[in-house]
Amino acid sequence: MPDSTPSQPAATPKIRLRGVRKSFGPKHVLNGVDLDVGTGESLVIIGGSGTGKSVLLKCILGLLEPDGGRIEIDGEDTTHLRPRDRERVMRKFGMLFQGGALFDSLQVWENVAFGLIQGERMGRREAKDIALRKLAQVGLGKEVAELFPAELSGGMQKRVSLARSIATEPEIIFFDEPTTGLDPIMSDVINDLIVKCVRDLGATAVSITHDMASARKIADRIAMIHQGRIVWQGHASEIDRSGNAMVDQFVHGRADGPIQMEILHP
Amino acid sequence: MTFVAATGRAFLVLLEATGALAIFTASALSHSVRPPFYPRLILRQMVDIGYYSLPVVGLTALFTGMVLALQSYTGFARFQAEGAIATVVVLSVTRELGPVLGGLMVAGRIGAAMAAEIGTMRVTEQVDALTTLSTNPFKYLVAPRLIAGLTMLPLLVLVADVIGVFGGFLIGVYRLDFNPASYISRTWEYLEAVDVISGLVKAAVFGFLIALMGCYHGYRSRGGAQGVGTATTNSVVSASVLILVTNYLITGIFFSTK
Ligand SMILES: Nc1ncnc2c1ncn2[C@@H]1O[C@H](COP(=O)(O)OP(=O)(O)OP(=O)(O)O)[C@@H](O)[C@H]1O
Ligand SMILES: [Mg+2]
Repeated sequence: MPDSTPSQPAATPKIRLRGVRKSFGPKHVLNGVDLDVGTGESLVIIGGSGTGKSVLLKCILGLLEPDGGRIEIDGEDTTHLRPRDRERVMRKFGMLFQGGALFDSLQVWENVAFGLIQGERMGRREAKDIALRKLAQVGLGKEVAELFPAELSGGMQKRVSLARSIATEPEIIFFDEPTTGLDPIMSDVINDLIVKCVRDLGATAVSITHDMASARKIADRIAMIHQGRIVWQGHASEIDRSGNAMVDQFVHGRADGPIQMEILHP
Repeated sequence: MTFVAATGRAFLVLLEATGALAIFTASALSHSVRPPFYPRLILRQMVDIGYYSLPVVGLTALFTGMVLALQSYTGFARFQAEGAIATVVVLSVTRELGPVLGGLMVAGRIGAAMAAEIGTMRVTEQVDALTTLSTNPFKYLVAPRLIAGLTMLPLLVLVADVIGVFGGFLIGVYRLDFNPASYISRTWEYLEAVDVISGLVKAAVFGFLIALMGCYHGYRSRGGAQGVGTATTNSVVSASVLILVTNYLITGIFFSTK
């Protein structure tokens, strides 16, 4: 099968999607998504609201079962895994959920240390030290560590969630809108952190963002999803000369163009 | 034809619900008996169910015992059988009213709380987050609640039995002028181990069902606040119905008349 993306390395991609489909009742969200993400690569997915970006990540994680198609992680088909194999594959992943998804019954540091204590059976004290370091990396001090998530602002929750997703230093990290709700300066700190994760840890990253400044900074490659398909993908530097009208419209944020928002005019 | 179609559809829905519940129960059970276990979480649930339910279950038992003594006195006095009151109180409380009323109170208190908590975690993606952090939600959320429900309800009901009998004693002695010593000896006279044991077995089953319904409906809740609200209601209603039905079945097993 010839590889459709020219910039792909010849080695097995870290993540490989072929014809992934997912519907909710009559609503077709993913209509055959083909996508490759190389090892150590940072891919940014852009696309309109409600086009299925979050659903795509959840399908890859196995939180949602795709209706069809093939998902491979390190060459291993993960669409029909037994529970034990699923747990093994899951250990490769870290995920920042769009809504944060912090455990509200646990303190902030326990949230960040959760994967270390429960997943990797690390001692609480050691895990707490790591958690505090990760919190410092996202600009949160010791005084925040003992609070509960409900006592934090939205942006602070997002950063705690980010710290939690990278605490176990996973091989593959998904960031679902990491900078939404953050001020511009903090956004840039988070961008730097994501770049650092990819560069220093050698992690493979897939990020979803609507923030083009952030996309340009963290992406090696950018893919655009529209109506359940990848309509364009290419190197981050090519985004301004993609030759794709939809990408242009999205990048420049214009209401007029090939993508029509479903707004009823009275 | 539409009637047949509607009946068929309702039957399919019922079948699907039963199947889903069976699958949920099977995986909940299999995860409850295999490591890793979470002792801290089990302990917290035990305290929640066992300790914090004491006031409401105790109060229920106390008034049940009192009202039993009073009611059976006014009834039994008509055929000079007042002497049987102590026996009636202790048998009713240990066999039936302790476990059933205790179970219903706990279903309202604990089953609802479980459904609301797990339901909220479900709709805010916290359950998904558990999975991505290499923690099985069944082991982390469901198993501790099932274990705590199964073990704590019998203890609660044992306490309720004592309080219920004490309630009957209070009325018997202070209101109906029984001799305290003879009331107590009457209480013991016809009591058999199977009376208490059947009540405790019921309690264990009810505790398991309450936790199972709370977890099941919480785990399946969809949407937002409304979905969690529905899950909470369903957990209490289904647990209550199951308690009443299994109560009959267990009674039939223990005290078959053949
Ligand atoms: N659990 C679900 N049940 C039913 N429909 C769903 C579910 N999850 C998502 N959808 C639908 O799938 C579509 C895509 O949702 P998704 O969350 O992936 O959007 P998105 O691209 O991440 O949008 P945004 O940028 O706003 O986050 C939406 O139209 C949504 O209504
Ligand atoms: Mg989304």
